[in-house]
Amino acid sequence: MKKSLIVSSFCSVTGKEVTVNNKVIYTGSGNNFKDLSNDIYKNFPLDYPKFHKMDNLCKLGFLSVEILLRDKDPGQKYPGDQIGVILMNSASSLDTDRRHQHTLSDRENYFPSPSIFVYTLPNVVIGEICIRHKFYGEGNFFVAEKFNTDFLIGYIEELFECNAIQCCISGWVELDGDDFESLVFLIEKPDNTDTGIVNFEPDVIRKIYEKLK
Amino acid sequence: VSDVFIASDNIITSLGFTTIENARNMLAGNTGIRLTEDKHIAPYPFYASLIDSSQLHSGFSLIDNPDHFSRFEQMSVCSIKDALSGTEIDCADPDTLFILSTTKGNIDLLESENKDRYGQERIYLWSTARLIQRFFNFRNEPVVISNACISGVQAIITGAHLIRAGIYDTVIINGTDIVSEFVLSGFNSFKSLSTGPCRPFDKTRDGLSLGEGSGTIILTSKPSLSKSKEKMLVGEGFTTNDANHISGPSRTGEGLFLAINSLLKRASAEIDFISAHGTATLYNDEMEAIAITRAGLQSVPVNSFKGYWGHTLGAAGIIESVMSVYSLRNNVLINTLGYHEMGLTNPLAIIDGVTRKEITNCLKIASGFGGCNAAILFCKK
Repeated sequence: MKKSLIVSSFCSVTGKEVTVNNKVIYTGSGNNFKDLSNDIYKNFPLDYPKFHKMDNLCKLGFLSVEILLRDKDPGQKYPGDQIGVILMNSASSLDTDRRHQHTLSDRENYFPSPSIFVYTLPNVVIGEICIRHKFYGEGNFFVAEKFNTDFLIGYIEELFECNAIQCCISGWVELDGDDFESLVFLIEKPDNTDTGIVNFEPDVIRKIYEKLK
Repeated sequence: VSDVFIASDNIITSLGFTTIENARNMLAGNTGIRLTEDKHIAPYPFYASLIDSSQLHSGFSLIDNPDHFSRFEQMSVCSIKDALSGTEIDCADPDTLFILSTTKGNIDLLESENKDRYGQERIYLWSTARLIQRFFNFRNEPVVISNACISGVQAIITGAHLIRAGIYDTVIINGTDIVSEFVLSGFNSFKSLSTGPCRPFDKTRDGLSLGEGSGTIILTSKPSLSKSKEKMLVGEGFTTNDANHISGPSRTGEGLFLAINSLLKRASAEIDFISAHGTATLYNDEMEAIAITRAGLQSVPVNSFKGYWGHTLGAAGIIESVMSVYSLRNNVLINTLGYHEMGLTNPLAIIDGVTRKEITNCLKIASGFGGCNAAILFCKK
């Protein structure tokens, strides 16, 4: 039987809380994503001015991966073109889509903005993560009604199996209006890590996700 | 590891509702890009390749009631239905998966006059995919792939991975996008739109033309499912990220070069032609030329199909792959419509006339916002 992939670390951002490997490491004081994301940015602290230009979906994905990789930068261990970023959500980039559509509401007087339009694609969050960490490997953004762990894990296993990647950042990064939740994983082959937290298997991952609710 | 065969396909664009109809128009040198005035899409006249609404309506009426399906859904259903007719596939087979490739799906439902037309849930890409899944009675939960302009190529690469992994036997991939006020205004705000029909790789090129389209490609490990005699294969495929800029192509073509290079390292095959992304923006075409040159493929014949049906976004990777496979089947290299004079710092061997010759392997490439790139190989067995 083939050995399952290993989760070396995972991070969630939901409500007011940030957790790493199931431990709460930060609790925000505000009431919405804007407050939480600004709090996290200041608290950790991050010095990355591009952050302030990002839309909310990108901020959520970016912060989740920043915290995930804080003590475990896979760029130290693997070449950048061997590190993939594979994400999934339900609302695609709809939050920013609505903002772009809003700029078109008055046809006599309309000023669509390129700085909003560029974020009307969900995979831009992958781009932001790759730019920050110099990851050049496989990228894919899936949209599904719910976090489809069976599909995602089968696909990622095949990417490892055919040696397209040696390391992967993957998970669920969902933002739709005021609602948001993220859960991201750092995934490696069992032979390459001795610090595994859990196996990257559908039931295991589903349970971690359900605990967030 | 099983081979991945192409069982069947379809293309729906302004140039026709089947792959063959599109090919005939392309070989005759016809473009579907026209100057259009439509106040629902833009307050100013614009060049785009639009599917004829009455043809779509009457075509779909033969299948189901057009009042219950959006424009996007009608295109997608028509395309899948035509592709399925070339196969013996049982849609309800548990080893069959449906993948939808799109950038924006039913995005016109965000417009205030369309808000209540089909209910708000239909704006979600997964909801659109579910509707199509139920229509065809596909057994498994569908997957949506949304990776900007590489979505279609990425969907084919993903489908091939899933078949090689033995997770599914057959993957039905449809790529669709419509031309909407949303998308046209966005590209216009980027000043990316051409002042006339787009001119890929040409000295005078000044931007892209948008198009709408739907394409379907059916991949399978069971070639007996196909009614076609000739066996066409999906080869290696890779995606990469430039890690450079979210909206501007890399100046070194790094990501695209890495994707092509990974593919060349694995595939022993000689590349007979390249189907480029070739959007006809100044920067995209330059970037592709740099990446192709860095990979040592600058003397391989290369074309862009964008001059025929514009940039069809999430459909582009599918319909351009299907047309590349048509080229392989029929041993014909298709002209790069709109190209007249070399406009690249690193010159490429642009296909500037229809050429009949024996060809076996095609490299298809694509790049998009978010810094994503894809490269895939198609081969004649």
